[in-house]
Amino acid sequence: MTEMSGADMVVQALVDLGVDTVFGYPGGAVLPIYDALYKHPTIKHILVRHEQAATHAAEGYARSTGKPGVVLVTSGPGATNAVTGITDALLDSIPMVVLTGQVPTTLIGTDAFQECDTVGITRHCTKHNYLVMDPDRLGPIMHEAFHIATHGRPGPVVIDIPKNVQVATGTYSVPEFIQHNSYRPQVEPDADAIAQAVAMIAAAERPIFYTGGGVINAGPDASAALRQLVALTGAPVTSTLMGLGAFPSDDDKWLGMLGMHGTFEANMAMNRADLIIAVGARFDDRVTGRLDAFSPDSKKIHIDIDRSSINKIVPVDLAVVGDAGRALDAIIAGWQAAGHKARDLGEWWRRVDGWRATRCLDFPEKKEPDADIMPQRAVKALFDATRGMDPIITTEVGQHQMWAAQHFGFAAPNRWLTSGGLGTMGYGFPAAVGAQIAHPDRLVICIAGEASLQMNIQEMGTVSQYRLPVKIFILNNEWMGMVRQWQELTYESRYSNSYSDSLPDFVKLADAYGWTGLRIDNLGQLEDGIRKMIETPGPVIVDCRVAQLANCFPMIPSGAAHTDMILQPNDITGTMDDEAKALV
Amino acid sequence: MKIKTEAGERHVLAITVDNEAGVLAKITGLFTARGYNIESLTVADISSDHALSRITIVTNGPPPIIDQIIAQLDRLVPVHRVVDLNDAGEAHVEREIALVKVAGTGDKRIEALRMADVFRAKVVDTTLSSFIFEITGNSDKVDRFIALMRECGLVEVGRTGVVAIARGSEAL
Repeated sequence: MTEMSGADMVVQALVDLGVDTVFGYPGGAVLPIYDALYKHPTIKHILVRHEQAATHAAEGYARSTGKPGVVLVTSGPGATNAVTGITDALLDSIPMVVLTGQVPTTLIGTDAFQECDTVGITRHCTKHNYLVMDPDRLGPIMHEAFHIATHGRPGPVVIDIPKNVQVATGTYSVPEFIQHNSYRPQVEPDADAIAQAVAMIAAAERPIFYTGGGVINAGPDASAALRQLVALTGAPVTSTLMGLGAFPSDDDKWLGMLGMHGTFEANMAMNRADLIIAVGARFDDRVTGRLDAFSPDSKKIHIDIDRSSINKIVPVDLAVVGDAGRALDAIIAGWQAAGHKARDLGEWWRRVDGWRATRCLDFPEKKEPDADIMPQRAVKALFDATRGMDPIITTEVGQHQMWAAQHFGFAAPNRWLTSGGLGTMGYGFPAAVGAQIAHPDRLVICIAGEASLQMNIQEMGTVSQYRLPVKIFILNNEWMGMVRQWQELTYESRYSNSYSDSLPDFVKLADAYGWTGLRIDNLGQLEDGIRKMIETPGPVIVDCRVAQLANCFPMIPSGAAHTDMILQPNDITGTMDDEAKALV
Repeated sequence: MKIKTEAGERHVLAITVDNEAGVLAKITGLFTARGYNIESLTVADISSDHALSRITIVTNGPPPIIDQIIAQLDRLVPVHRVVDLNDAGEAHVEREIALVKVAGTGDKRIEALRMADVFRAKVVDTTLSSFIFEITGNSDKVDRFIALMRECGLVEVGRTGVVAIARGSEAL
């Protein structure tokens, strides 16, 4: 119990909570906190160039470490600029605490300079938020906010702090709550449900694990438990975009990602399975395709820490509410205690191998050195060149993101940072900044599209300031490729505003910021270019020119079933009915 | 293309929440953001230390949506408890109060008073040309009374919305 200013309490709480890094941007309403930070050299503040980038950098930091990301921004535009990243963190369940300055309590509601209703604006894009009206409440609220951001299903929490609350003095106290007053998510799975799950898995003839970001959020032990359970049962594994890395991509049980741009074998196996074991995944529309055709003959077990995810979209036969890791551990223990042995799934695997024989990720390409680079080839070459380096890969959003998900392999969790739920263009580069801050010695590569990258390209300055060795690998096809792909599929190739006109010269831009800029124009330059990017110290931007009109396949068109995948470009039809057009 | 809608059923939810600024906005915002219906909503502080409020929401939706509404409410940080009174084993009691102002003279005025008597509505204010009735009951009864009053010079209605509580000796 110590008397201090509100601003000092904020910083003291950050120290007490073990926060080492804050991503932020100063402004009038947070000046007292910035002044308090000035005196606390143990907390590293990373000055971004735009508040949205601070939130994505915090997400990258969080996703690559498992620790909450912390953001500090000012009132008004500082807070509104942060909203996209806050929403992104909500949709992808990323633990994050965002501190926003606010006008003094005496001016709230007067349309004061740089005033906005931050708690009102962020009410539905946060897990929880606070407006602190009394400095004595700051200590307890700071600690509670971190508790809420990191417990149960993780998510963003906003603390809005009026300037006079930062300046006024009060008593700093650390709450000793063991249990929150009303927020008590169920972490331990129900024993009966686990017993039922074990029995269902043991009885299944065509089981499949469908795993998601919840396994990553449950920590590395959950990924280890998943591997163990898969080994015990012998069942195939597929994963959502957010779950990549929880299961190693070089394992023979791995079917690749499922869903709209997932593999043929993953989607067919989901469709034909007699048991789906969903772990920390939420049956998103990108995964299920047409709902009435989604895995019609299977029983479904759904393990999730958020009860509202269960039966939201797809009704399931068995709900297991709890932490993914603990549920997997409990199933393993139950499996072993019952003395179950893996069934002979030979017939099931023969069918899976039949679907694998489609080789759905193959793509047509020319092999001459002066040929255009197929974007898939560029990702594969990047993967091959970085094997053994344990890189952290971030992506922007669009075709390049899907190609990266399809063709880059991950052996461990927390190496794959991408915006799945909200699909935020502009996420990948600042996320790479956050990941690089957390892992200064690791190879961090942002696989970008030329359009997405420009949404937060100002962060080149941040990278230069902190001398971060971030690598940006642009698959430059001069198009908003995914928009164009949908226009080809749905609107008879009427390319309304999807051409990336007036692109900058990325190599000169690199030079302007003191980076190294490289350009790769054809297949013959690809491997050397990638090697040079990796070997060059400091930040590098690679403008990799790829075949302009390549599209991302396989694809389940909107409104179609898992069994109706488009495998190759010539399967495309020119237009769609209104029902399909209305789907996102 | 036509947008399809599904038939629903009526449910009464009792929700205990922290009595704090913004909680009601959070709950009503959840309903609008996810496209759920609110037929009525009442809220009042119910604890001696003013720490808790009870919200009664009457909503409408197909059973899976009702289940989703409860799960979505239950995961909000300031929400302590959500109970679907339609599921609460024993039946529940619902009440609503309406204040109904009727203006007129002559036969209509007499008829209004007579029907108010039938419905056990109380006269809480009167002038030579108007009555204000207070009626308590379930929503159907209040609806029927108001419909009859439309024929007798109804000029204004105020309704509280439903409050409800489960029958029996158990607390929520």
